[in-house]
Amino acid sequence: MDFANISALAYLVSGVLFILALRGLSSPETSRKGNLYGMVGMAIAIGVTLLSLLGKGDLDPVTIVIILCGIAVGGIIGMTIAQKVSMTSMPQLVAAFHSLVGMAACMVAIGALYAPQAFGIDDGAGGIKAQSLIELSLGVAIGAITFTGSVIAFAKLNGNMSGAPIILPARHLINIALGVAVVVLIVTLIITHGLATWAFWGIFILALVLGITLIIPIGGADMPVVVSMLNSYSGWAAAALGFTLENIALIITGALVGSSGAILSYIMCKGMNRNFFSVIMGGFGGDTAAAGGGAVETRPVKQGSADDAAFIMKNASKVIIVPGYGMAVAQAQHALREMADKLKEEGVEVKYAIHPVAGRMPGHMNVLLAEANVPYDEVFELEDINSEFATADVAFVIGANDVTNPAAKTDPSSAIFGMPILEVEKARTILFIKRGMSAGYAGVENELFFKDNTMMLFGDAKKMVEGIVKGL
Amino acid sequence: MEAVDPTIFRLAIFVLAIFVGYYVVWSVTPALHTPLMAVTNAISSVIIVGALIAAAAHADGAGIGVWVSKGAGGIASALAAVNIFGGFMVTRRMLAMYKKKEKPAGEKK
Repeated sequence: MDFANISALAYLVSGVLFILALRGLSSPETSRKGNLYGMVGMAIAIGVTLLSLLGKGDLDPVTIVIILCGIAVGGIIGMTIAQKVSMTSMPQLVAAFHSLVGMAACMVAIGALYAPQAFGIDDGAGGIKAQSLIELSLGVAIGAITFTGSVIAFAKLNGNMSGAPIILPARHLINIALGVAVVVLIVTLIITHGLATWAFWGIFILALVLGITLIIPIGGADMPVVVSMLNSYSGWAAAALGFTLENIALIITGALVGSSGAILSYIMCKGMNRNFFSVIMGGFGGDTAAAGGGAVETRPVKQGSADDAAFIMKNASKVIIVPGYGMAVAQAQHALREMADKLKEEGVEVKYAIHPVAGRMPGHMNVLLAEANVPYDEVFELEDINSEFATADVAFVIGANDVTNPAAKTDPSSAIFGMPILEVEKARTILFIKRGMSAGYAGVENELFFKDNTMMLFGDAKKMVEGIVKGL
Repeated sequence: MEAVDPTIFRLAIFVLAIFVGYYVVWSVTPALHTPLMAVTNAISSVIIVGALIAAAAHADGAGIGVWVSKGAGGIASALAAVNIFGGFMVTRRMLAMYKKKEKPAGEKK
Protein backbone atom coordinates (compact mmCIF):
# COMPACT_ATOMS: atom_id res chain seq x y z
CA MET A 1 0.00 0.00 0.00
CA ASP A 2 1.48 3.35 -0.95
CA PHE A 3 1.54 6.41 1.24
CA ALA A 4 -1.37 8.13 -0.54
CA ASN A 5 -3.70 5.32 0.56
CA ILE A 6 -2.37 5.26 4.11
CA SER A 7 -2.80 9.01 4.45
CA ALA A 8 -6.34 8.79 3.03
CA LEU A 9 -7.15 6.23 5.73
CA ALA A 10 -5.61 8.48 8.38
CA TYR A 11 -7.82 11.37 7.21
CA LEU A 12 -10.80 9.04 7.50
CA VAL A 13 -9.79 8.29 11.11
CA SER A 14 -9.61 11.99 11.92
CA GLY A 15 -13.01 12.52 10.29
CA VAL A 16 -14.46 9.80 12.53
CA LEU A 17 -12.81 11.36 15.59
CA PHE A 18 -14.49 14.68 14.71
CA ILE A 19 -17.86 12.90 14.58
CA LEU A 20 -17.13 11.45 18.05
CA ALA A 21 -16.20 14.94 19.27
CA LEU A 22 -19.68 16.18 18.40
CA ARG A 23 -21.29 12.99 19.66
CA GLY A 24 -19.66 13.56 23.06
CA LEU A 25 -21.65 16.77 23.46
CA SER A 26 -24.85 14.79 24.01
CA SER A 27 -24.15 15.05 27.74
CA PRO A 28 -21.78 17.12 29.88
CA GLU A 29 -20.07 13.97 31.28
CA THR A 30 -19.00 12.68 27.86
CA SER A 31 -18.26 16.10 26.40
CA ARG A 32 -14.77 16.51 27.83
CA LYS A 33 -13.66 13.20 26.32
CA GLY A 34 -15.28 14.28 23.04
CA ASN A 35 -13.22 17.44 22.96
CA LEU A 36 -10.10 15.32 23.41
CA TYR A 37 -11.11 13.16 20.41
CA GLY A 38 -11.40 16.34 18.40
CA MET A 39 -7.87 17.40 19.34
CA VAL A 40 -6.46 13.98 18.47
CA GLY A 41 -8.28 14.06 15.12
CA MET A 42 -6.77 17.44 14.36
CA ALA A 43 -3.27 16.30 15.33
CA ILE A 44 -3.59 13.27 13.05
CA ALA A 45 -4.74 15.39 10.10
CA ILE A 46 -1.91 17.88 10.48
CA GLY A 47 0.70 15.18 11.14
CA VAL A 48 -0.26 13.12 8.10
CA THR A 49 -0.26 16.18 5.84
CA LEU A 50 3.24 17.12 7.00
CA LEU A 51 4.47 13.53 6.55
CA SER A 52 3.15 13.29 3.01
CA LEU A 53 4.71 16.67 2.14
CA LEU A 54 7.98 15.39 3.63
CA GLY A 55 7.67 12.20 1.57
CA LYS A 56 7.34 14.23 -1.61
CA GLY A 57 10.40 16.28 -0.64
CA ASP A 58 8.34 19.48 -0.46
CA LEU A 59 9.45 20.52 3.00
CA ASP A 60 12.40 22.73 2.15
CA PRO A 61 13.75 25.10 4.86
CA VAL A 62 11.78 28.11 3.58
CA THR A 63 8.53 26.15 3.70
CA ILE A 64 9.28 24.88 7.19
CA VAL A 65 9.88 28.44 8.40
CA ILE A 66 6.62 29.65 6.83
CA ILE A 67 4.60 26.82 8.37
CA LEU A 68 6.20 27.02 11.82
CA CYS A 69 5.84 30.79 12.00
CA GLY A 70 2.22 30.60 10.89
CA ILE A 71 1.27 27.94 13.40
CA ALA A 72 3.28 29.48 16.24
CA VAL A 73 1.89 32.99 15.78
CA GLY A 74 -1.67 31.71 15.29
CA GLY A 75 -1.41 29.23 18.14
CA ILE A 76 -0.16 31.77 20.66
CA ILE A 77 -2.84 34.29 19.69
CA GLY A 78 -5.50 31.58 19.85
CA MET A 79 -4.48 30.31 23.28
CA THR A 80 -4.21 33.80 24.72
CA ILE A 81 -7.69 34.72 23.51
CA ALA A 82 -9.16 31.43 24.72
CA GLN A 83 -7.83 31.99 28.23
CA LYS A 84 -8.78 35.64 28.55
CA VAL A 85 -12.20 35.84 26.95
CA SER A 86 -15.16 36.26 29.30
CA MET A 87 -18.14 33.96 28.99
CA THR A 88 -20.44 36.91 28.35
CA SER A 89 -18.55 37.73 25.16
CA MET A 90 -18.63 34.16 23.83
CA PRO A 91 -20.98 35.13 20.95
CA GLN A 92 -18.47 37.72 19.71
CA LEU A 93 -15.61 35.24 20.00
CA VAL A 94 -17.46 32.60 18.00
CA ALA A 95 -18.30 35.19 15.31
CA ALA A 96 -14.64 36.22 15.17
CA PHE A 97 -13.53 32.59 14.83
CA HIS A 98 -16.01 32.08 11.97
CA SER A 99 -14.49 35.00 10.13
CA LEU A 100 -11.05 33.39 10.42
CA VAL A 101 -12.27 30.08 8.97
CA GLY A 102 -13.82 32.05 6.09
CA MET A 103 -10.61 33.93 5.38
CA ALA A 104 -8.47 30.78 5.71
CA ALA A 105 -10.71 29.12 3.10
CA CYS A 106 -10.19 32.09 0.75
CA MET A 107 -6.41 31.92 1.24
CA VAL A 108 -6.31 28.20 0.48
CA ALA A 109 -8.34 28.81 -2.70
CA ILE A 110 -5.88 31.53 -3.73
CA GLY A 111 -2.98 29.17 -3.10
CA ALA A 112 -4.60 26.44 -5.21
CA LEU A 113 -5.26 28.87 -8.08
CA TYR A 114 -1.68 30.09 -8.20
CA ALA A 115 0.06 26.74 -7.65
CA PRO A 116 -2.26 24.13 -9.22
CA GLN A 117 0.57 21.58 -9.53
CA ALA A 118 1.05 21.51 -5.77
CA PHE A 119 -2.63 20.61 -5.38
CA GLY A 120 -2.66 18.18 -8.32
CA ILE A 121 -5.47 20.04 -10.05
CA ASP A 122 -3.68 21.22 -13.21
CA ASP A 123 -5.11 19.95 -16.50
CA GLY A 124 -1.68 19.26 -18.00
CA ALA A 125 -1.99 22.13 -20.49
CA GLY A 126 -1.07 25.03 -18.23
CA GLY A 127 -4.66 25.48 -16.99
CA ILE A 128 -6.80 24.04 -14.18
CA LYS A 129 -9.46 21.33 -14.37
CA ALA A 130 -13.00 22.70 -14.76
CA GLN A 131 -14.33 20.68 -11.82
CA SER A 132 -11.64 22.00 -9.50
CA LEU A 133 -12.38 25.55 -10.64
CA ILE A 134 -16.04 25.18 -9.65
CA GLU A 135 -15.01 23.90 -6.20
CA LEU A 136 -12.43 26.66 -5.78
CA SER A 137 -14.88 29.37 -6.81
CA LEU A 138 -17.54 28.08 -4.43
CA GLY A 139 -14.96 27.83 -1.66
CA VAL A 140 -13.74 31.40 -2.13
CA ALA A 141 -17.24 32.83 -2.58
CA ILE A 142 -18.70 31.19 0.54
CA GLY A 143 -15.49 31.82 2.47
CA ALA A 144 -15.53 35.55 1.64
CA ILE A 145 -19.22 35.91 2.56
CA THR A 146 -18.49 34.11 5.84
CA PHE A 147 -15.56 36.43 6.49
CA THR A 148 -17.22 39.84 6.09
CA GLY A 149 -20.58 38.56 7.38
CA SER A 150 -18.90 37.37 10.57
CA VAL A 151 -16.97 40.62 10.94
CA ILE A 152 -20.28 42.54 10.81
CA ALA A 153 -21.88 40.07 13.25
CA PHE A 154 -18.88 40.51 15.56
CA ALA A 155 -19.14 44.31 15.40
CA LYS A 156 -22.87 44.22 16.18
CA LEU A 157 -22.45 41.77 19.07
CA ASN A 158 -19.42 43.55 20.47
CA GLY A 159 -21.09 46.96 20.31
CA ASN A 160 -18.59 48.42 17.79
CA MET A 161 -21.61 48.88 15.58
CA SER A 162 -25.23 49.69 16.40
CA GLY A 163 -27.44 46.62 16.59
CA ALA A 164 -30.13 48.44 14.62
CA PRO A 165 -30.81 47.10 11.13
CA ILE A 166 -29.22 49.15 8.35
CA ILE A 167 -31.60 49.13 5.41
CA LEU A 168 -30.09 50.09 2.05
CA PRO A 169 -32.51 51.18 -0.64
CA ALA A 170 -33.17 48.36 -3.11
CA ARG A 171 -31.04 46.02 -0.98
CA HIS A 172 -32.58 42.84 -2.41
CA LEU A 173 -31.81 44.09 -5.92
CA ILE A 174 -28.20 44.83 -4.92
CA ASN A 175 -27.78 41.35 -3.43
CA ILE A 176 -29.28 39.65 -6.48
CA ALA A 177 -27.07 41.69 -8.82
CA LEU A 178 -23.97 40.77 -6.79
CA GLY A 179 -24.99 37.10 -6.83
CA VAL A 180 -25.51 37.10 -10.60
CA ALA A 181 -22.16 38.85 -11.15
CA VAL A 182 -20.43 36.17 -9.06
CA VAL A 183 -21.98 33.40 -11.18
CA VAL A 184 -20.90 35.16 -14.41
CA LEU A 185 -17.33 35.44 -13.11
CA ILE A 186 -17.28 31.75 -12.10
CA VAL A 187 -18.30 30.82 -15.67
CA THR A 188 -15.59 33.13 -17.07
CA LEU A 189 -13.00 31.48 -14.85
CA ILE A 190 -14.00 28.01 -16.06
CA ILE A 191 -14.06 28.97 -19.76
CA THR A 192 -10.53 30.38 -19.50
CA HIS A 193 -9.29 27.25 -17.64
CA GLY A 194 -8.42 29.37 -14.63
CA LEU A 195 -6.10 31.67 -16.55
CA ALA A 196 -8.35 34.71 -16.00
CA THR A 197 -7.16 35.30 -12.46
CA TRP A 198 -8.93 38.70 -12.52
CA ALA A 199 -12.23 36.81 -12.59
CA PHE A 200 -11.17 34.94 -9.44
CA TRP A 201 -10.29 38.17 -7.65
CA GLY A 202 -13.60 39.59 -8.87
CA ILE A 203 -15.46 36.71 -7.21
CA PHE A 204 -13.45 37.28 -4.03
CA ILE A 205 -14.17 41.01 -3.86
CA LEU A 206 -17.87 40.79 -4.82
CA ALA A 207 -18.42 38.02 -2.26
CA LEU A 208 -16.76 40.18 0.41
CA VAL A 209 -19.23 42.98 -0.43
CA LEU A 210 -22.12 40.50 -0.47
CA GLY A 211 -21.22 39.35 3.04
CA ILE A 212 -21.63 42.93 4.26
CA THR A 213 -24.86 43.71 2.41
CA LEU A 214 -26.43 40.43 3.55
CA ILE A 215 -25.78 40.92 7.26
CA ILE A 216 -26.14 44.69 7.92
CA PRO A 217 -29.97 44.69 7.57
CA ILE A 218 -30.29 42.03 10.29
CA GLY A 219 -30.94 43.42 13.77
CA GLY A 220 -28.85 42.73 16.88
CA ALA A 221 -31.54 40.59 18.47
CA ASP A 222 -31.57 38.20 15.50
CA MET A 223 -27.84 37.59 15.85
CA PRO A 224 -28.29 34.07 17.33
CA VAL A 225 -29.66 33.01 13.95
CA VAL A 226 -26.95 34.86 12.04
CA VAL A 227 -24.12 33.38 14.09
CA SER A 228 -25.53 29.88 13.59
CA MET A 229 -25.98 30.51 9.87
CA LEU A 230 -22.40 31.72 9.45
CA ASN A 231 -21.25 28.64 11.35
CA SER A 232 -23.00 26.61 8.69
CA TYR A 233 -21.45 28.65 5.84
CA SER A 234 -17.94 28.15 7.17
CA GLY A 235 -18.62 24.40 7.01
CA TRP A 236 -19.79 24.48 3.39
CA ALA A 237 -16.75 26.55 2.37
CA ALA A 238 -14.47 23.95 3.99
CA ALA A 239 -16.33 21.10 2.27
CA ALA A 240 -16.00 22.76 -1.18
CA LEU A 241 -12.23 22.96 -0.72
CA GLY A 242 -12.21 19.41 0.63
CA PHE A 243 -13.24 18.27 -2.85
CA THR A 244 -10.43 20.28 -4.45
CA LEU A 245 -7.90 18.81 -2.04
CA GLU A 246 -9.48 15.36 -2.37
CA ASN A 247 -9.31 15.26 1.41
CA ILE A 248 -11.82 13.07 3.26
CA ALA A 249 -11.26 14.69 6.67
CA LEU A 250 -12.13 18.09 5.23
CA ILE A 251 -15.19 16.80 3.36
CA ILE A 252 -16.57 15.04 6.46
CA THR A 253 -15.86 18.04 8.70
CA GLY A 254 -17.43 20.47 6.25
CA ALA A 255 -20.58 18.35 6.12
CA LEU A 256 -20.73 18.07 9.93
CA VAL A 257 -20.23 21.76 10.56
CA GLY A 258 -22.57 22.72 7.73
CA SER A 259 -25.42 20.64 9.06
CA SER A 260 -24.68 21.63 12.66
CA GLY A 261 -25.01 25.33 11.86
CA ALA A 262 -28.14 24.71 9.81
CA ILE A 263 -29.81 22.82 12.67
CA LEU A 264 -28.91 25.53 15.19
CA SER A 265 -30.36 28.21 12.88
CA TYR A 266 -33.53 26.15 12.63
CA ILE A 267 -33.78 25.75 16.42
CA MET A 268 -33.26 29.50 16.92
CA CYS A 269 -35.91 30.40 14.33
CA LYS A 270 -38.36 27.99 15.90
CA GLY A 271 -37.65 29.50 19.32
CA MET A 272 -38.76 32.86 17.94
CA ASN A 273 -41.49 31.44 15.70
CA ARG A 274 -39.83 33.26 12.81
CA ASN A 275 -39.39 32.05 9.30
CA PHE A 276 -35.71 31.56 8.43
CA PHE A 277 -36.09 33.64 5.26
CA SER A 278 -37.76 36.52 7.06
CA VAL A 279 -34.80 36.59 9.47
CA ILE A 280 -32.12 36.64 6.78
CA MET A 281 -34.08 39.23 4.76
CA GLY A 282 -33.60 41.39 7.82
CA GLY A 283 -35.12 44.67 8.91
CA PHE A 284 -36.39 43.36 12.25
CA GLY A 285 -35.22 43.34 15.82
CA GLY A 286 -32.93 46.24 16.61
CA ASP A 287 -31.75 46.39 20.21
CA THR A 288 -34.41 48.92 21.07
CA ALA A 289 -37.47 48.87 18.90
CA ALA A 290 -39.15 52.18 18.10
CA ALA A 291 -42.11 52.95 20.33
CA GLY A 292 -45.41 51.81 18.88
CA GLY A 293 -47.97 54.34 17.75
CA GLY A 294 -50.39 53.33 20.52
CA ALA A 295 -51.25 55.25 23.65
CA VAL A 296 -48.51 55.69 26.21
CA GLU A 297 -48.87 53.11 28.93
CA THR A 298 -50.01 54.75 32.15
CA ARG A 299 -51.55 51.87 34.03
CA PRO A 300 -50.15 51.41 37.52
CA VAL A 301 -47.77 48.58 38.31
CA LYS A 302 -46.97 47.09 41.67
CA GLN A 303 -43.45 48.02 42.57
CA GLY A 304 -41.36 46.32 45.21
CA SER A 305 -37.98 46.51 46.89
CA ALA A 306 -35.24 43.93 47.28
CA ASP A 307 -36.42 43.22 50.84
CA ASP A 308 -39.97 42.55 49.67
CA ALA A 309 -38.64 40.11 47.10
CA ALA A 310 -36.43 38.42 49.69
CA PHE A 311 -39.40 38.02 52.02
CA ILE A 312 -41.62 36.52 49.33
CA MET A 313 -39.00 34.03 48.17
CA LYS A 314 -37.94 33.01 51.66
CA ASN A 315 -41.49 31.91 52.36
CA ALA A 316 -41.89 30.09 49.06
CA SER A 317 -41.38 26.38 48.66
CA LYS A 318 -40.50 26.46 44.96
CA VAL A 319 -38.82 29.22 42.94
CA ILE A 320 -38.16 29.07 39.19
CA ILE A 321 -35.57 31.53 37.90
CA VAL A 322 -35.93 32.76 34.30
CA PRO A 323 -32.70 34.43 33.13
CA GLY A 324 -32.42 36.48 29.95
CA TYR A 325 -29.92 38.61 28.10
CA GLY A 326 -30.32 41.38 30.70
CA MET A 327 -28.69 39.09 33.27
CA ALA A 328 -25.69 38.67 30.98
CA VAL A 329 -25.39 42.41 30.41
CA ALA A 330 -25.51 43.14 34.14
CA GLN A 331 -23.13 40.21 34.89
CA ALA A 332 -25.60 39.13 37.57
CA GLN A 333 -25.10 35.36 37.27
CA HIS A 334 -22.76 35.04 40.26
CA ALA A 335 -25.01 37.07 42.55
CA LEU A 336 -27.93 35.02 41.28
CA ARG A 337 -26.27 31.75 42.24
CA GLU A 338 -25.52 33.16 45.69
CA MET A 339 -29.20 34.02 46.03
CA ALA A 340 -30.18 30.50 44.96
CA ASP A 341 -27.76 29.02 47.53
CA LYS A 342 -29.28 31.10 50.31
CA LEU A 343 -32.77 30.05 49.25
CA LYS A 344 -31.75 26.40 49.22
CA GLU A 345 -30.44 26.77 52.77
CA GLU A 346 -33.91 27.99 53.69
CA GLY A 347 -35.31 24.79 52.19
CA VAL A 348 -36.64 26.37 49.01
CA GLU A 349 -36.54 24.32 45.83
CA VAL A 350 -34.78 26.33 43.10
CA LYS A 351 -34.79 25.60 39.37
CA TYR A 352 -33.72 27.55 36.31
CA ALA A 353 -35.77 27.80 33.11
CA ILE A 354 -34.00 28.64 29.84
CA HIS A 355 -35.78 29.79 26.71
CA PRO A 356 -34.14 28.58 23.46
CA VAL A 357 -33.40 32.15 22.31
CA ALA A 358 -32.35 33.62 25.65
CA GLY A 359 -29.03 35.38 25.19
CA ARG A 360 -27.15 36.18 22.02
CA MET A 361 -26.26 32.70 20.83
CA PRO A 362 -27.57 29.15 21.26
CA GLY A 363 -26.90 27.90 24.78
CA HIS A 364 -25.47 31.23 25.96
CA MET A 365 -27.42 31.28 29.26
CA ASN A 366 -26.37 27.73 30.10
CA VAL A 367 -22.69 28.65 29.79
CA LEU A 368 -23.13 31.76 31.94
CA LEU A 369 -24.90 29.77 34.66
CA ALA A 370 -22.27 27.03 34.46
CA GLU A 371 -19.61 29.72 34.88
CA ALA A 372 -21.33 30.82 38.09
CA ASN A 373 -21.18 27.21 39.34
CA VAL A 374 -24.86 26.51 38.91
CA PRO A 375 -25.15 22.71 38.64
CA TYR A 376 -26.42 21.80 35.18
CA ASP A 377 -29.05 19.42 36.53
CA GLU A 378 -30.90 22.39 38.04
CA VAL A 379 -31.16 24.05 34.63
CA PHE A 380 -34.08 23.07 32.40
CA GLU A 381 -35.18 23.71 28.84
CA LEU A 382 -38.55 25.19 27.97
CA GLU A 383 -40.37 21.92 27.16
CA ASP A 384 -39.16 20.27 30.35
CA ILE A 385 -40.11 22.98 32.80
CA ASN A 386 -43.17 24.74 31.41
CA SER A 387 -45.57 22.39 33.19
CA GLU A 388 -43.91 23.21 36.52
CA PHE A 389 -44.74 26.91 36.66
CA ALA A 390 -48.26 26.02 37.84
CA THR A 391 -46.77 24.47 40.99
CA ALA A 392 -44.19 27.21 41.57
CA ASP A 393 -44.71 29.87 44.22
CA VAL A 394 -42.42 32.37 42.58
CA ALA A 395 -41.25 32.91 39.02
CA PHE A 396 -38.16 35.12 39.24
CA VAL A 397 -37.62 36.78 35.86
CA ILE A 398 -34.24 38.47 35.55
CA GLY A 399 -33.42 40.35 32.36
CA ALA A 400 -35.97 38.54 30.21
CA ASN A 401 -39.20 39.93 28.83
CA ASP A 402 -40.59 38.81 25.47
CA VAL A 403 -39.96 35.13 26.19
CA THR A 404 -42.50 35.33 29.04
CA ASN A 405 -45.11 37.46 27.29
CA PRO A 406 -48.51 35.70 27.21
CA ALA A 407 -49.47 37.85 24.19
CA ALA A 408 -47.54 35.27 22.17
CA LYS A 409 -50.34 32.84 22.94
CA THR A 410 -53.40 35.06 23.18
CA ASP A 411 -52.99 38.02 20.83
CA PRO A 412 -52.90 37.10 17.12
CA SER A 413 -52.08 40.72 16.22
CA SER A 414 -48.92 40.71 18.34
CA ALA A 415 -45.53 40.73 16.62
CA ILE A 416 -44.47 37.74 18.68
CA PHE A 417 -47.69 35.71 18.27
CA GLY A 418 -46.95 32.00 18.04
CA MET A 419 -43.55 32.18 19.73
CA PRO A 420 -43.17 29.50 22.40
CA ILE A 421 -42.98 31.17 25.82
CA LEU A 422 -42.09 30.26 29.37
CA GLU A 423 -45.46 30.22 31.13
CA VAL A 424 -44.45 32.29 34.15
CA GLU A 425 -47.98 33.71 34.40
CA LYS A 426 -49.03 30.40 35.95
CA ALA A 427 -46.80 30.87 38.99
CA ARG A 428 -48.39 32.18 42.19
CA THR A 429 -46.21 35.31 42.25
CA ILE A 430 -44.10 36.79 39.46
CA LEU A 431 -41.06 38.92 40.24
CA PHE A 432 -39.64 40.93 37.35
CA ILE A 433 -36.22 42.56 37.58
CA LYS A 434 -36.06 45.27 34.92
CA ARG A 435 -34.26 48.53 34.44
CA GLY A 436 -37.43 50.33 33.42
CA MET A 437 -40.82 49.92 31.89
CA SER A 438 -39.59 49.73 28.28
CA ALA A 439 -40.98 47.06 26.00
CA GLY A 440 -38.84 44.13 24.85
CA TYR A 441 -36.89 44.15 21.59
CA ALA A 442 -39.98 43.11 19.68
CA GLY A 443 -41.58 46.38 20.85
CA VAL A 444 -44.48 44.56 22.48
CA GLU A 445 -46.00 45.54 25.82
CA ASN A 446 -46.00 42.74 28.36
CA GLU A 447 -49.41 42.39 30.05
CA LEU A 448 -47.78 40.52 32.91
CA PHE A 449 -46.37 43.75 34.34
CA PHE A 450 -49.87 44.93 35.23
CA LYS A 451 -51.14 41.78 36.86
CA ASP A 452 -52.03 41.84 40.56
CA ASN A 453 -49.63 39.05 41.46
CA THR A 454 -46.69 40.65 39.62
CA MET A 455 -44.14 42.69 41.50
CA MET A 456 -41.73 44.84 39.51
CA LEU A 457 -38.22 45.29 40.89
CA PHE A 458 -36.75 48.25 39.05
CA GLY A 459 -32.99 48.61 38.94
CA ASP A 460 -29.74 47.08 37.80
CA ALA A 461 -30.10 43.29 37.86
CA LYS A 462 -26.85 42.69 39.72
CA LYS A 463 -27.44 45.31 42.41
CA MET A 464 -31.01 44.15 42.89
CA VAL A 465 -29.99 40.51 43.34
CA GLU A 466 -27.22 41.52 45.76
CA GLY A 467 -29.85 43.47 47.68
CA ILE A 468 -32.05 40.39 47.84
CA VAL A 469 -29.13 38.27 49.06
CA LYS A 470 -28.64 40.75 51.91
CA GLY A 471 -32.34 40.63 52.69
CA LEU A 472 -32.33 36.86 53.02
CA MET B 1 -17.66 -2.22 -16.06
CA GLU B 2 -16.66 1.40 -16.47
CA ALA B 3 -14.70 2.94 -13.65
CA VAL B 4 -16.59 5.39 -11.44
CA ASP B 5 -15.05 8.83 -11.05
CA PRO B 6 -13.46 9.10 -7.56
CA THR B 7 -15.30 12.41 -7.15
CA ILE B 8 -18.55 10.43 -7.00
CA PHE B 9 -17.21 8.48 -4.04
CA ARG B 10 -16.24 11.73 -2.32
CA LEU B 11 -19.70 13.08 -3.02
CA ALA B 12 -21.16 9.93 -1.43
CA ILE B 13 -19.02 10.47 1.68
CA PHE B 14 -20.11 14.12 1.76
CA VAL B 15 -23.83 13.30 1.54
CA LEU B 16 -23.59 10.54 4.15
CA ALA B 17 -21.60 12.81 6.46
CA ILE B 18 -24.38 15.42 6.23
CA PHE B 19 -26.80 12.77 7.49
CA VAL B 20 -24.43 11.70 10.25
CA GLY B 21 -24.06 15.36 11.21
CA TYR B 22 -27.82 15.81 11.21
CA TYR B 23 -28.46 12.97 13.66
CA VAL B 24 -25.42 13.65 15.84
CA VAL B 25 -26.20 17.35 16.22
CA TRP B 26 -29.85 16.73 17.10
CA SER B 27 -28.64 14.56 19.96
CA VAL B 28 -26.51 17.37 21.38
CA THR B 29 -28.12 18.67 24.56
CA PRO B 30 -29.29 22.30 24.17
CA ALA B 31 -27.29 23.20 27.28
CA LEU B 32 -24.11 22.52 25.29
CA HIS B 33 -25.00 24.46 22.13
CA THR B 34 -22.40 27.15 22.81
CA PRO B 35 -19.55 24.62 23.24
CA LEU B 36 -20.90 22.91 20.11
CA MET B 37 -20.38 26.08 18.09
CA ALA B 38 -16.92 26.59 19.54
CA VAL B 39 -15.83 23.03 18.77
CA THR B 40 -17.28 23.03 15.24
CA ASN B 41 -15.22 26.16 14.74
CA ALA B 42 -12.11 24.36 15.85
CA ILE B 43 -12.65 21.27 13.71
CA SER B 44 -13.56 23.23 10.58
CA SER B 45 -10.05 24.63 10.83
CA VAL B 46 -8.85 21.27 9.55
CA ILE B 47 -8.75 23.44 6.42
CA ILE B 48 -5.18 23.95 7.65
CA VAL B 49 -4.23 20.86 5.59
CA GLY B 50 -4.91 22.96 2.48
CA ALA B 51 -2.88 25.79 3.96
CA LEU B 52 0.11 23.48 4.52
CA ILE B 53 -0.05 22.22 0.93
CA ALA B 54 -0.21 25.80 -0.39
CA ALA B 55 2.75 26.81 1.79
CA ALA B 56 4.75 23.86 0.45
CA ALA B 57 4.25 24.74 -3.24
CA HIS B 58 7.43 24.10 -5.25
CA ALA B 59 9.74 27.03 -5.82
CA ASP B 60 10.95 25.57 -9.14
CA GLY B 61 7.42 25.91 -10.52
CA ALA B 62 5.94 28.82 -12.42
CA GLY B 63 7.76 31.73 -10.79
CA ILE B 64 5.70 34.38 -9.01
CA GLY B 65 2.57 32.21 -8.70
CA VAL B 66 4.36 29.85 -6.35
CA TRP B 67 5.23 32.67 -3.99
CA VAL B 68 1.65 33.94 -4.00
CA SER B 69 0.64 30.43 -3.03
CA LYS B 70 3.27 30.13 -0.31
CA GLY B 71 2.27 33.49 1.17
CA ALA B 72 -1.43 32.65 1.10
CA GLY B 73 -0.61 29.28 2.67
CA GLY B 74 1.36 30.92 5.46
CA ILE B 75 -1.44 33.36 6.28
CA ALA B 76 -4.04 30.58 6.12
CA SER B 77 -1.93 28.43 8.50
CA ALA B 78 -1.83 31.26 11.01
CA LEU B 79 -5.58 31.97 10.77
CA ALA B 80 -6.45 28.28 11.08
CA ALA B 81 -4.02 27.86 13.99
CA VAL B 82 -5.76 30.67 15.92
CA ASN B 83 -8.98 28.73 15.53
CA ILE B 84 -7.56 25.31 16.31
CA PHE B 85 -5.81 26.32 19.51
CA GLY B 86 -8.36 28.96 20.48
CA GLY B 87 -11.38 26.82 19.62
CA PHE B 88 -10.33 23.65 21.44
CA MET B 89 -9.01 25.58 24.47
CA VAL B 90 -12.11 27.70 24.92
CA THR B 91 -14.32 24.62 24.50
CA ARG B 92 -12.30 22.85 27.17
CA ARG B 93 -12.60 25.85 29.45
CA MET B 94 -16.37 25.94 29.01
CA LEU B 95 -16.89 22.20 29.43
CA ALA B 96 -14.87 22.21 32.65
CA MET B 97 -17.50 24.53 34.15
CA TYR B 98 -20.44 22.18 33.70
CA LYS B 99 -20.82 20.49 37.05
CA LYS B 100 -23.40 18.26 38.57
CA LYS B 101 -25.24 19.03 41.77
CA GLU B 102 -22.97 18.11 44.66
CA LYS B 103 -24.55 15.56 46.92
CA PRO B 104 -24.25 16.61 50.57
CA ALA B 105 -21.69 14.48 52.39
CA GLY B 106 -23.02 11.35 54.02
CA GLU B 107 -26.26 11.37 52.08
CA LYS B 108 -27.08 8.11 50.35
CA LYS B 109 -28.17 7.99 46.73
